[in-house]
Amino acid sequence: MKELIQKAASLLETNVVQVVIGYGKGSADRTRAIFSTTAADCEQLIFDSRCIQNLAVYLTKAEIKKMGKPAIVAPLPVLRSILQLAAENQITDDSLVVLGVSPESELIEFESLAAIETYLATKQIAIEEKYQTTIKAIKAMPVSERFAYWVKELEPCFKCYACRAACPLCYCTRCTVENNQPQWISVASHSLGNLEWHIMRAMHLAGRCTDCEACYNACPMGIPIYLLTKSMLQDVSENFGTYGPSLHRDNTLSSFNPDDKESFIR
Amino acid sequence: MNEFEPKIVAFVCNWCTYAGADLTGTSRIKYAQNVKIIRFPCTGRIDFMLLLKSFGEGADGIIVSGCHPNDCHYTSGNFHARRRWIMFRGLLDMLGIDVRRIQYSWVSAAEGAKWADVVNTTVTAIRELGPYTDYAKVAGYLEKEANV
Repeated sequence: MKELIQKAASLLETNVVQVVIGYGKGSADRTRAIFSTTAADCEQLIFDSRCIQNLAVYLTKAEIKKMGKPAIVAPLPVLRSILQLAAENQITDDSLVVLGVSPESELIEFESLAAIETYLATKQIAIEEKYQTTIKAIKAMPVSERFAYWVKELEPCFKCYACRAACPLCYCTRCTVENNQPQWISVASHSLGNLEWHIMRAMHLAGRCTDCEACYNACPMGIPIYLLTKSMLQDVSENFGTYGPSLHRDNTLSSFNPDDKESFIR
Repeated sequence: MNEFEPKIVAFVCNWCTYAGADLTGTSRIKYAQNVKIIRFPCTGRIDFMLLLKSFGEGADGIIVSGCHPNDCHYTSGNFHARRRWIMFRGLLDMLGIDVRRIQYSWVSAAEGAKWADVVNTTVTAIRELGPYTDYAKVAGYLEKEANV
């Protein structure tokens, strides 16, 4: 990605940005996030199919903000997260430079956040068929069986909160799970706490999640937590029509339509 | 099974359903006594975690009730709540938590009779479903640990 390296280096040289958030070589065959502050550092930037971490998570971190204005290497999932963060007033046009990377690994420069929205309009979030089938199969189980399925699936969770740390949209400085007056969620790794933690996480991402799967990629136990967020994405689109990040639309749960339809309130 | 008395928690809004339930009483309408009413300023204030806590503490059923659409004391609390319940219900259903055990309703301050009806039909429905053991079993893990 020579183009990317050149662009990043020139941004740093001209002092347009003070740090470039990108992917670099990690341990073994993995990649990791690197933070380049000089043009020479930029030589280490790489981009390939192993770069699955969602870098947008760093945009809201105090440590990164302290480094100055960032430029960020942004493949499709990161672009979506950036747009969602902008919709939630976490970033503005002036607060960052986006170095977009197309699915064909070509560098795309974005003039503004609005340009990202225009670009993403042609690349709507689509839930893959295999996941749709799994969700359908789970929903077809009898209630008790479904509950047992999830208790078992969530059993390996030991609440390391890697899913939360990897999610660009989990940027609260204090999380409900850390509240102990009252203790909303038991922090021990037993079934009730696990269940409630994952319900809470999914609910707090309802209508915001951009389906980047960073939570799943970060999970050391490989728990398919993306099924919950994907199922909620489906619910949003079925009930409210639109989903996906937008600068012009309020979040699903922070807005309403007097004509919202449901079938269960009497 | 006939002896099973369901424990039901009702989360109600101060301005409509709570006043409605009050009217049920002042109108001397009798209704099932299984329900424990918790008053909230607005349905918009009812956090979904509270519903989970009720199940965790052994509730067999839950009623959530507030002002009819367009009647909210704070203009839009119930509209927001409605969206939240649509999403929450979908998530609970996905997780296999029995959504039949949560009854949502709109009961205005003038609908004392409706409140009695909502409670009675919910109690009947939960009695038929039986005690909610799925969630309690998972929650019971906590007690087991405490007893050791």
